[in-house]
Amino acid sequence: MNAPAGFQRFVEVFFDGAIIDRYLPDLLSAMVTTLWLGAIIIVTGVAVGLVLACLRSLQVWWLTVPIVMFADILRALPPLVLILIFYFGLPGLGVMMSGPLVLFIVLAAVLAAFCEEIFWAGLTALPRGQWEAGRATGMSFAQTLIWVALPQAVRMGVPSLVNRSLAITKMTALGSVIGVKEVLAVSSSAQAMSGSATPLTMAAAAYLAIFLPAVILARWLERRFSWKV
Amino acid sequence: MAQTPMLEITALEKRFGTVEVLRSIDLKVGRGELVFVIGPSGSGKSTMLRCCNRLEEPTSGSIFIDGRNIVNCPAAELNRLRLQTGMVFQGFHLYPHMSVVRNVMLAQIKALKRDKVTARTRAMDMLDRVGLAHKADAMPSELSGGQQQRVAIARALALNPKVMLFDEPTSALDPELVGSVLKVMKDLRAEGMTMLVVSHEMAFAREAADRVVFMDGGVVVEQGPPEAIFGNPQHDRTRAFLSRVSHHAGAE
Ligand SMILES: Nc1ncnc2c1ncn2[C@@H]1O[C@H](COP(=O)(O)OP(=O)(O)OP(=O)(O)O)[C@@H](O)[C@H]1O
Ligand SMILES: [Mg+2]
Repeated sequence: MNAPAGFQRFVEVFFDGAIIDRYLPDLLSAMVTTLWLGAIIIVTGVAVGLVLACLRSLQVWWLTVPIVMFADILRALPPLVLILIFYFGLPGLGVMMSGPLVLFIVLAAVLAAFCEEIFWAGLTALPRGQWEAGRATGMSFAQTLIWVALPQAVRMGVPSLVNRSLAITKMTALGSVIGVKEVLAVSSSAQAMSGSATPLTMAAAAYLAIFLPAVILARWLERRFSWKV
Repeated sequence: MAQTPMLEITALEKRFGTVEVLRSIDLKVGRGELVFVIGPSGSGKSTMLRCCNRLEEPTSGSIFIDGRNIVNCPAAELNRLRLQTGMVFQGFHLYPHMSVVRNVMLAQIKALKRDKVTARTRAMDMLDRVGLAHKADAMPSELSGGQQQRVAIARALALNPKVMLFDEPTSALDPELVGSVLKVMKDLRAEGMTMLVVSHEMAFAREAADRVVFMDGGVVVEQGPPEAIFGNPQHDRTRAFLSRVSHHAGAE
């Protein structure tokens, strides 16, 4: 097998034009699914994480204990396990949820667990003087939390928040095991039907198209929010 | 009524667990007076100051500000009460994520409920007063320590406090920056602000203080006009402390 022939074969396997044409519409709609799932997972996960960290900052045990348990358990369990339990286990209790709903709930909860820890780490790293300055000027605990402590905790957490958000959003690919029509599911079923590897190339390209801009945006965010405190 | 002291501490005690940090402290600061507190490290100066706005909870005793006891005030009223005292910390504690003028505006808007325009006008007035109006849009990290401390003073003044509490306001500053902060304090005194100052700036105390209080081991050992405390201290502990610091100052 000479070199040009080898190259031709490579192109046929991974970049088959006919296959691309056939599956492109399906893949595009799968990208839309991945995108909106990712978006609502990030928004919900970060928001819930923020609220949990704020509640934890009140330092009352009956809030702290469940929040810490939630954060530790969700960070310890592989998300796939939770997804399978929710999708295949809960119907036994009469709780039926669609694949996308299960994927959303599990991944948003896992992201919330990580975000809570990131925000909390930022809050505890804040010098005590910042709190005292706020309280000494007559601001309430909540006002000091919102206007003084949180903005700084968020900035400290931006790099970890961004990385974690991307990592969790990529796990939408786990939806392929519970019938969510996202990028990996659609392309691997196309691969099975057509017997060609090209749909998988398309999947990789689709993920790059979604996540490369996200990674670049993340870099920008990290620069934008880093300054010496 | 006009002659009730602006700040009056009576029989103040503070314990951290079993450690007695303050014992039967009695102290008055008259209206427009500048009272200076000196004493060795760990003598309880900061703790006493922090009791005056309840950053520390007094164990017992009373603290009257403008005739009103703040010690038994319910937690809900605490925030309003703290507006009466402006506190300046050794470490400035400006908010690093906001510009200078926003630092001075924040509590005006959140705690005093002033509208933004009023708060900004007031903030600019206060920054002007400490000579930093031209730095209004700078970030705190772009300022020298002396400038940061003056912004912190402006932030406290913007809330119209009745008493200003200073906890070693110049201790974290390079020597050449100390003067600018002391000058602001001198101006404040001239304008009639009531001030309680913990500091090691003995020369400033001599020059500007109405009264000097010497604390040691959680008690007020003696107090009096600066000439008396520095010129003719009555207690051995005061003498020992003063000779230690004057040695130190002389060595510099
Ligand atoms: N939160 C706390 N818990 C326990 N002990 C404390 C606490 N804060 C202060 N202390 C103790 O109280 C004593 C008085 O401390 P304080 O900071 O009031 O002294 P100071 O006179 O301001 O000293 P310095 O000149 O070093 O600032 C010290 O022995 C200190 O260890
Ligand atoms: Mg101190």
